[in-house]
Amino acid sequence: MMTPILEARHIDKYFKKPVKFQVLKDISFGINAGEFVSIMGKSGCGKSTLLYILSTMDTAYEGELYLNNELITGQNPDKLSYIRNKHIGFVFQFHYLLSDFSVLENVMLPAKKLAEKSPQEIEYDAIGKLQILNIPHLAKKKASQISGGEKQRVAIARALINSPSIIMGDEPTGNLDSHNSDNVFNIFKQLSEEQGLSLLIVTHDEDFANRTHRIVTMEDGRIISV
Amino acid sequence: MNWKVILNIAKTHLITKIKQTAIAALGVTFGIGSYITLVSFMTGLNTMLDDLMLNQTPHIHIYNEIKPSKNQPLTLYDELSNSFHVVHSIKPKLNQKKIHNALPIIQYLEEDDQVRGALPQIKTSIFYIAGSIEIGGTLTGINVIDEANLFNLRDYIVQGTPEALDITDNGILLGIGLAEKMSLAVGDRVQVSTSKGDVFPLKIVGFYQSGVADIDAVQSFANLKTVQRILGEAENYITDINVKLKDIEMALPMSKKIENQFDLTAVDIKTANAQFETGTTVRNLITYAVSITLLIVAGFGIYNILNMLIYEKMNDIAILKATGFSGKDVQYIFMSQAMIIGFVGGILGLLVGYVLAKFIGTIPFETAALPRVKTYPVNLNPMFFLFGFIFAMVSTFLSGYLPSKKAKRIDPVTIIRGQ
Repeated sequence: MMTPILEARHIDKYFKKPVKFQVLKDISFGINAGEFVSIMGKSGCGKSTLLYILSTMDTAYEGELYLNNELITGQNPDKLSYIRNKHIGFVFQFHYLLSDFSVLENVMLPAKKLAEKSPQEIEYDAIGKLQILNIPHLAKKKASQISGGEKQRVAIARALINSPSIIMGDEPTGNLDSHNSDNVFNIFKQLSEEQGLSLLIVTHDEDFANRTHRIVTMEDGRIISV
Repeated sequence: MNWKVILNIAKTHLITKIKQTAIAALGVTFGIGSYITLVSFMTGLNTMLDDLMLNQTPHIHIYNEIKPSKNQPLTLYDELSNSFHVVHSIKPKLNQKKIHNALPIIQYLEEDDQVRGALPQIKTSIFYIAGSIEIGGTLTGINVIDEANLFNLRDYIVQGTPEALDITDNGILLGIGLAEKMSLAVGDRVQVSTSKGDVFPLKIVGFYQSGVADIDAVQSFANLKTVQRILGEAENYITDINVKLKDIEMALPMSKKIENQFDLTAVDIKTANAQFETGTTVRNLITYAVSITLLIVAGFGIYNILNMLIYEKMNDIAILKATGFSGKDVQYIFMSQAMIIGFVGGILGLLVGYVLAKFIGTIPFETAALPRVKTYPVNLNPMFFLFGFIFAMVSTFLSGYLPSKKAKRIDPVTIIRGQ
């Protein structure tokens, strides 16, 4: 059996406001290296909540979370920031780029924060990632001046910059037309096949989900099929 | 901590919001600029007013006071020592005006390390004679060159020089008020009469203007020897000794010591000008109150603008946190923005303050009370600039701290999910 990159054990999560409400009920599952997994489920079933717990950004939960067999739960915020920086790449529904910066700077920023490489190496890497996504010509443009589909590709390039263990996406195609969705899916697929990257994508899009290796279905805070 | 990245992000935020940045920095500039202008102008005026009084005033004034004896003969009588004494019509003790052994005392004081100088004076009442009119006044015999060096006499001589008086044996430095009353000019002669009735002609070598009209209408100066000759006294006849110290704070203990040692009256400057000190303190207090108010207003401006900036940059904050920047990094980004605003605004403020203060220093300001002052006095003390700069940095630090603390606490999940 393959060792899981990311593993959740018995995760419970409550919303305290407006009334106490259990969003996630005893969630346990894992993602293996190189796996392309999608999470599906109706709105409000808790799939995004789960994703933010798995991403280490949300720390108010019960249960245990392992990344590369290391316990993440209960680590201090600075350590969690470091883990996000080094091991997790993020792609959101609303592309979230820093609009005041150029495309290249946006891609370089997480690597500059990690500071494991020299600025020249980081720039070289960033241009490399933009080439993988077929958008090297956008490098010098301001992030606010490019189209939605382009923004999402820049966001993917940024997610890749520190060569993370896993890429997480919260409906990364939810805001794109079918042509751009296809594009984004193909990029993910390519990353998974060619670079052996693990991917965990929350989506509403059934076509998208059906083409992944594995679909995790959620309902009312539980996983009903893995 | 990766300062290069943090400062780069802070810089980009500031440059893309250049208008708001400029407004925030101008707030600081305005605050610090007015602080520098105000404080240098106010302390300049204060120093001028202090000088007006204090420059001419000795730190310790030693003289023989005419007063009744503390111990009347009755108190020496043992049998009544426990009784209540009533003595009518006490008269002052007969005492000579001159200071006994004045020259050895001066020599002794001059040798003291704390003393810058001890100058002999002879104060005497005389009459200035203009035709049949006699005008009462005071003639003070001085060592004119020493007085010029220690008590800035030169500043108060509006016509003529101290040197001219020093070399003119029968010279007099006449109060400007007297000169006007008697229509006298430099080079004229004036006759003075002592209380004994002897009349002497003196040559006017210059005019003296203290700025206090009442003094200028009675006061004149002459050489020590001239006054001794007028009074028919010997060369050791000295009525007052004026002492200037290196440290004004030593005036009180020193004066007590002199009183005890020589059995003379010695008055220190603080006792003599107690109410004056209070005035100076209050003026300084007002200056600082106004300046600090200005700086606090500037501080609130920065607080406000940073707060707005953080609301606008919510998405950026969430993104930075999601991609691995810690809360502290985000806090430092906004703190460094505040500090950059404070630094730039503060330096500009110092410049503006300097230029304004210099400008005020060129505005003509002439008043009869202050003969030597031609323009408004400003005091450009480097300490004000240092203090202004430190205050700019401290106030921007404090006003940036709360908003940046908020940015540190922002939960990226709420922002990302909120859209």
